[in-house]
Amino acid sequence: MASGMQEKQYTPSLLSFFIYNPKFGPREGEEEKKILFYHPSEVEKNEKIRNVGLCEAIVQFTRTFCPTKPAKSLHTQKNRQFFHEPEENFWMVMVVRNPMIEKPSKDGKPATIEYQEEEILDSVYGAVLRQCYSMYKLFNGTFSRAFEAGGVELLRQKLEKFFYRYLQTLHLQSCDLLDVFGGISFFPLDKMTYLKIQSFVNRVEESLSLVKYTAFLYNDQLIWSGLEQDDMRILYKYLTTSLFPRHTEPELAGRDSPLRPEVAGNLLHYGRFLTGPANLKDPEAKFRFPRIFVNTEDSYEELHLIVYKAMSAAVCFMINASVELTREFCEQLDALVGPQLTLLASDICEQYNINRRISGPEKEPQFKFIYFNHMNLAEKSTIHMRKTASVSLTSVHPDLMKILGDINCDFARVDEDEEIIVKAMTDYWVVGKKSDQRELYVILNQKNANLIEVNEEVKRLCATQDMTTLKTVSCSCFNDSISVMQ
Amino acid sequence: MDNEYYLELSENPVQFENASTVNNVFFDEANKQVFAVRSGGATGVVVKGPEDKSPIAFRMDDKGEVKCIKFSLGNKILAVQRTPKSVDFINFIPDYPHLEFSHECKTKNANVLGFCWTNWNEIVFVTDQGIEFYQVLPDKRTLKMLKSQSINVNWYIYCPETAVLLLSTTVQGNVLQPFAFKNGTMSKMSKFEIELPMVPKPAKLSLSERDIAVASIYGEVYVMYLKHHSRSTNSSGAEVVLYHLLREGPCKKIHVLKLNTTGKFALNVVDNLVVVHHQSSQTSIIFDIKLREPDCAMNVHQPVLPARSIHPCKIPLTGALCLFLYLIFLLLSVYLSGYLWYLQVKLQPTVNLLQDKGKLMDFLLRRRDCKMVILSVCSQMLEGGEKGNLPVVATVFDKLNQVYKEYLEAEQAYTVAMESGPSRFSNSYKRPVRTQAVIDQSDMYTHVLSAFTEKKVINKFIIAVLMEYIRSLNQFQITVQHYLYELVIKTLVQHNLFYMLHQFLQYHVLSDSKPLACLLLSLESTYPPAHQLSLDMLKRLSTANDEIVEVLLSKQQVLGALRFVRSVGGHDNVSARKFLDAARQTNDTMLFYTIFRFFEQRNLRLRGNPAFNQGEHCEEHVAYFKEVFGEQTLMKPPTK
Repeated sequence: MASGMQEKQYTPSLLSFFIYNPKFGPREGEEEKKILFYHPSEVEKNEKIRNVGLCEAIVQFTRTFCPTKPAKSLHTQKNRQFFHEPEENFWMVMVVRNPMIEKPSKDGKPATIEYQEEEILDSVYGAVLRQCYSMYKLFNGTFSRAFEAGGVELLRQKLEKFFYRYLQTLHLQSCDLLDVFGGISFFPLDKMTYLKIQSFVNRVEESLSLVKYTAFLYNDQLIWSGLEQDDMRILYKYLTTSLFPRHTEPELAGRDSPLRPEVAGNLLHYGRFLTGPANLKDPEAKFRFPRIFVNTEDSYEELHLIVYKAMSAAVCFMINASVELTREFCEQLDALVGPQLTLLASDICEQYNINRRISGPEKEPQFKFIYFNHMNLAEKSTIHMRKTASVSLTSVHPDLMKILGDINCDFARVDEDEEIIVKAMTDYWVVGKKSDQRELYVILNQKNANLIEVNEEVKRLCATQDMTTLKTVSCSCFNDSISVMQ
Repeated sequence: MDNEYYLELSENPVQFENASTVNNVFFDEANKQVFAVRSGGATGVVVKGPEDKSPIAFRMDDKGEVKCIKFSLGNKILAVQRTPKSVDFINFIPDYPHLEFSHECKTKNANVLGFCWTNWNEIVFVTDQGIEFYQVLPDKRTLKMLKSQSINVNWYIYCPETAVLLLSTTVQGNVLQPFAFKNGTMSKMSKFEIELPMVPKPAKLSLSERDIAVASIYGEVYVMYLKHHSRSTNSSGAEVVLYHLLREGPCKKIHVLKLNTTGKFALNVVDNLVVVHHQSSQTSIIFDIKLREPDCAMNVHQPVLPARSIHPCKIPLTGALCLFLYLIFLLLSVYLSGYLWYLQVKLQPTVNLLQDKGKLMDFLLRRRDCKMVILSVCSQMLEGGEKGNLPVVATVFDKLNQVYKEYLEAEQAYTVAMESGPSRFSNSYKRPVRTQAVIDQSDMYTHVLSAFTEKKVINKFIIAVLMEYIRSLNQFQITVQHYLYELVIKTLVQHNLFYMLHQFLQYHVLSDSKPLACLLLSLESTYPPAHQLSLDMLKRLSTANDEIVEVLLSKQQVLGALRFVRSVGGHDNVSARKFLDAARQTNDTMLFYTIFRFFEQRNLRLRGNPAFNQGEHCEEHVAYFKEVFGEQTLMKPPTK
């Protein structure tokens, strides 16, 4: 439009997304029955069938080479397809259009399109696809359970209902290494305050015996999870990328803004429900909470998810879904948790400020890093500014992010500890270190530095830099000793 | 009902001959001795104390009726009053003349009301016109006047514990003049007036010595006044008013104990508790002046526990059941029955009578023999597992650890003072006494927590209690012992709560230590991440480098181990054989080659020759290297 004479860049975008089960329509003429969900839905039926058939064929074909690991992705010039079989015979396919550059017409020649086939990473989008499933499972349980309970019809309904909205929130252009990790950011905290939180959680669970699990977050960072790691990982993703951002906007809004939620005349505490009733005093208030499914591998539990927040502290209370939650219960919870959580939140805030003061004024560091520990899923990035519902902002050039992704792929290939140093364009050095379960990626901006200097710099940085989060530095003993937090 | 008596009489009463026409019985509160004087002493005097196995028995001449008889401290000198004017003395110090000598009070026309020993050789005569403070010179058989004070005296009370003498003066008797005695000095303290419930007209003696007592409670001297109920004022009942007696400065009325009833009362102080006996109801109540009543005004106290009788006891010899009659209270019962008991507080029954656990702990922590009772309260509290219990558990732990912390601090201050050498300050530091109220981690572990974690309680509650205890310790900055952490880990592992454990370690709630790291290491097979947790912990300890190497070698991470050794600068001293052994076990010849080369280079660097020394015991590995890679591959010694 405005840049009529310039090159036009197109970021990767979602072409189609579908879920099928080959067992549901094994006979000829019944192919449509295989399809459980197809986006975009307006695609013509035969094309849907053709696309599904193609995927089925590719997977079948690649199976002949390695029966246990069929194809995960298919690269073509225009797009890339990702395959994922989360449950037996249930296949999820995501087709992503490659980024491209449109060169404007010149000298009468028509505009040309250049596809950048190598720009997107299998690891990143494969992870995005897996996350789609995990998120679905968190709120709907497994495919097979839905099928057992209500046949294909119920499953189709559920898929339609969930993915119709969820796919709109996928922002494929801003997916990167963090999606591969799917980590959890932990809030750095001193022992005493942590124990106070423990004590709070235990007391609430004791007096509200309905509460089965509790999770505690501060500043969108996790402090305590009563859920198992894998369930927490996806719940954390939901909270930080969907639920919390939706509620921060009104909080940030001005006093008189219509966005600001009505304060229910409660001056005793700042607690409020993020899920369920917006205002307890409202006689029309509904006491319905989102339901989540956890421990799907064994006990398969369905739970109400109550998220309650006071200032920057948010607590998730999970209650068996078979119990009906009443106004009385919510009032009891509000009265019990509200004042305590308000107090605790200000305690944490105070402690956090003290710690920050001790660690000295924050200077703009000469480097940026991403840290991830596979063991506890702890993640820390100084590259990403802030996650919002829409985009995750990074402070570095996409090219550098791509290098990080590439290094990560290299690390994934072997089990051994490794270290990779890359000189990127524009004076940047990128260093990747992998040691036992930890990965560290550092981006250094040092003009004219040579390899040895960069190596020394990273070593020094690992040894001295208190890489934020938790107060003490724990070190990995292997390799050249990565010393990072946690 | 039986387990509700919280007061009892001592098991072994002092037994003596009943008072009768020929036998006079006297009680000396200072030495807690009972004197049985037969026929004025001519047929014998028997003195018995609570701890004395063998009573003192002697004879003295009958020189008239004995009015009062008391030993000085340590049974050195006996003083006997027979006349209103004088006191007689007998030496009981070996090698001193045993002859009696007599001393008459100095003040003319004065009557000696009584006397009190303030030391082994210092005595105060109290006359109706003042007091006379003397030093007794047993060798010279005379008394030397130290000080005297003239003042009109109605009656007096002496508190041996605090060496305070209280004189009742003025016509109404309600102005009290205290004196304190110490090492031959007598100091007059500020006098004070007891507020009478009603002022009689015309003025007459209205304050009786029976309504006044002096006692030391929590190390402070108090004058207790039993203020009877008066119809004119609309008070709900009698009360005991406590005046705090200060060495300097005026005496202040600071505590009021509400008795909520009327009638005849008697007072005792046992284990810093004020015990009030009520005659008509035959019950007793106790007050703890340190226990604050939240719903009462400052320093107005209600009884700690509901009123109960003293536990009925059996008279040891006759076997007859003695119902403590509350007749005319402790002392008189002594004279009549021929037994002297001591009142004791039983703590176990209080546990059921005091529902508020926080208050109960406050109460128990100030008692003498409290340890086992406190521990049993803790056990009981945890076993109950009632709802809403956790805040109570937290309060109790905090109270225990408060006392524990105070002791640790005192102990530390003492150690520091001792270490700084015998300075002039060191004398003022006494080693802190560890009272029973100090409940440390090992007490809690042994008597409460370890048994509790074995119980079939909901595991959430067990973990919550353990964390609560650790939180409380941390709050008081007490270093947590590693066995508590081990208990936490054991419990978590038992219930498969590995992720919880993981999070605790992540936030360093379980502090680093070698034993803990080893425990984690042993969990690796059931929970693989324990490996990383353990190694991290060892690394943080920075004193466990050898252990880290061993762990890595055992995991066949030979290169990793070597890199680590090099990073901590220990690679010149490690045993080559250990690494070569490990490398051989991997069956990875290239790895073996690398390790072998490394040590050859080290040998070259350290000794100028790549060959291994005899003492390194690497012959076997050298042979293997030759076999696999050929002899020519061995590093050549440098040619000179």
